[in-house]
Amino acid sequence: MKVDVKDGESVREYVRSLVIKKGYEKAELIPILHEINSEYGYISDEAIKELSDRMNIPTSHIYSVTTFYRMLSTERRGRHVIQFCESAPCHVAGGRLVWEKLQEVLGLEKGETSEDEKWSLLTTSCLGVCGVGPVLVIDHDIYGNVTPEQVPGILSNYE
Amino acid sequence: MAYFRSHVLVSVDPICIEKGAFKLMGALQDELVKQGLVDEVEVLETSRIGDPETAGPDMMVYPEGVHYTNITLEDIPFLVEEQFIKGRVAAQYAREVEEIVDEELSAPQDKELRIVLENIGTVVPLNIEEYIAYEGYMALGHVLTEMTPEEVIQEVLDSGLRGRGGAGFPTGLKWRFLRNAEGDQKYMICNADEGDPGAFANRRVLEGYPHAVVEGMIIGAYATGASQGYVYCRAEYPIAVKTIRTAIEQARSMGLLGENILGTDFSFDLEVRMGAGAFVCGEETALMASIEGLRGEPRPRPPFPAQKGLWGKPSNINNVETFAIIPQIILKGAEWFAGLGYKKSTGTKTFSMAGDVINTGLIEVPFGISLREIIYDVGGGIKNNKKFKAVQTGGPMGGCLPEAFLDLPMDYEALDEAGSILGSGGLVVMDEDTCMVDIARFFMEFTQEESCGKCTPCRIGTRRLLETLTRICDGKGKPEDLPLLINLCEQINEASLCGLGKGAPNPVKSTLEHFLHEYEAHIYEKQCPAKVCKALIRFEVIDDLCTGCTLCARNCPVDAISGERRKVHLIDPDICIQCGICEQLCPYDAIEIR
Repeated sequence: MKVDVKDGESVREYVRSLVIKKGYEKAELIPILHEINSEYGYISDEAIKELSDRMNIPTSHIYSVTTFYRMLSTERRGRHVIQFCESAPCHVAGGRLVWEKLQEVLGLEKGETSEDEKWSLLTTSCLGVCGVGPVLVIDHDIYGNVTPEQVPGILSNYE
Repeated sequence: MAYFRSHVLVSVDPICIEKGAFKLMGALQDELVKQGLVDEVEVLETSRIGDPETAGPDMMVYPEGVHYTNITLEDIPFLVEEQFIKGRVAAQYAREVEEIVDEELSAPQDKELRIVLENIGTVVPLNIEEYIAYEGYMALGHVLTEMTPEEVIQEVLDSGLRGRGGAGFPTGLKWRFLRNAEGDQKYMICNADEGDPGAFANRRVLEGYPHAVVEGMIIGAYATGASQGYVYCRAEYPIAVKTIRTAIEQARSMGLLGENILGTDFSFDLEVRMGAGAFVCGEETALMASIEGLRGEPRPRPPFPAQKGLWGKPSNINNVETFAIIPQIILKGAEWFAGLGYKKSTGTKTFSMAGDVINTGLIEVPFGISLREIIYDVGGGIKNNKKFKAVQTGGPMGGCLPEAFLDLPMDYEALDEAGSILGSGGLVVMDEDTCMVDIARFFMEFTQEESCGKCTPCRIGTRRLLETLTRICDGKGKPEDLPLLINLCEQINEASLCGLGKGAPNPVKSTLEHFLHEYEAHIYEKQCPAKVCKALIRFEVIDDLCTGCTLCARNCPVDAISGERRKVHLIDPDICIQCGICEQLCPYDAIEIR
């Protein structure tokens, strides 16, 4: 995942190439936002501006769509994104204790990114793997049947 | 047809492929040619045999039924010589086939009847030939060549099939509305935005049997006159998205999608659209807004999608499971399907069981079965010998039903009358250790966050409900909170724009109705009967059991425990943060929650 977007030009180029590939229809907006989000970890102001120019859609509309959907972010994220499932099946399977442990170990609250930009702690809606709850996802790795005791060990897998 | 004395099935599970399964197949074929056995031994692909991580690449040899594991290219000549020339088992490579445990979908229990889930786990999902071998696309062929669109609609109507997304509207009627709608461009949409926490049947169908959904959609398009279709799948299901995309490509390359399907003059094509994490997009009008590239906010109905849907054109939306059943109805007939089930709810329904039940995972049962049979016979009962307290059906918009409702025959109407819904088939089973006020608060947290904000009753009402419930859980509940909750529930239900708002009060309403005493205990006695709400519980040392081992005092994160070695310890309630560590650690069970 490229998190570094100091080079504003590269974001703009990337957006331009995406619009050429996918087309200028408004229906392509969400698929394009998805790609930017997965490439850079978030959707920057520059990306929104470029998208607006290329697709002829007001920045206000793009911003409103981006902030509507939980998986699209307008804020820069850490190198590793932890998503904890906060749904009922995980909750009744002991998820609350795991969530508290996560917050305690990382020193982060929901939605926060650590100062060293290593971690972002987020919650996710149900991932549909309820049979093995509580579930947490780090980047693309899914961990099931998680207990509070396992949390430090799981986190230590990440640099 | 050629006769082979032996068949070799090579596992082409994705992990085995990565480990070189295809190279292995090539080498095996070459070796058979070299030894002149190519007319006697046939090499075939199959899905997973053993655990691909530890046994792959692996293969089965029939008729002997020998399982060879961890094969390398160098082993092939020796294996062929031993197995096929000398006719004996190469024991050093042979291993017993171990049973693969599928935590989500185990073997069917006695009371189950599987139609939608029948072939999941058996058929390789992305092998279209294998799907065809299981009578796949046969219904489509029959429909396109021997049935008129009106006959298809009549067949679906006669089957009594109702929407499996939860609303339970007759599918055939919906199709007829679209067929009769005026317009040259019509859309057929599959709702794969399975957002209900605890429901994952649609995900398994998309991942395990994607071609059934594709086939169902093509049949629906033919019946209604739609020329373009969309599968709207939530982005939380990356594997499902990938699988259905590939299935669509395969179908297109075989002429089952696109122009002139199966040589007829019927044309239809499909595209996958991904959500981006918004629960409300499972609501059909919000889903269409999302496909159009807008915020996924619902629109008032009427006009219904059949008149003005996607981009203002006539559209029809059905659930994944609904589409997956269609080919079976065509193949086996409306009468067969209508003969299953109960009253006006025909056929079977999948349920995703989760929570405090022994067998969690997916099940499929005919309508009319009771909740008790589902939880105890199919689900194996409650975990850890605890007592059953409630079951929440139908996801976050459903109600929590107590023991008294367990013998109801399950169908759309019965659940509705009981104050809950069938929804997408989520079943969350809760044991005696669950606090029902906490659960209501928990669901309200979910709906409050997922409310799109368009209409006031839902946006502000759910927030007020959540605040009130949180207050009660924090031990600050007031007597007037109870009528306030009831009033809010009614108003939100009546005045909200879409199903999310209308259903949002259900968990609160049903717990108020069936577990009022728990609310009262929280408010009047400042007690949490299930001992869950932290503000209402105290940790205390049982004097007779405490040995003074100091384990609790040493591990208390806030130093709330005092006491000398070998003497009874004491917890200071003013310092204690109710973390529960002492209770978990105490080897003598000397700490109790009051």
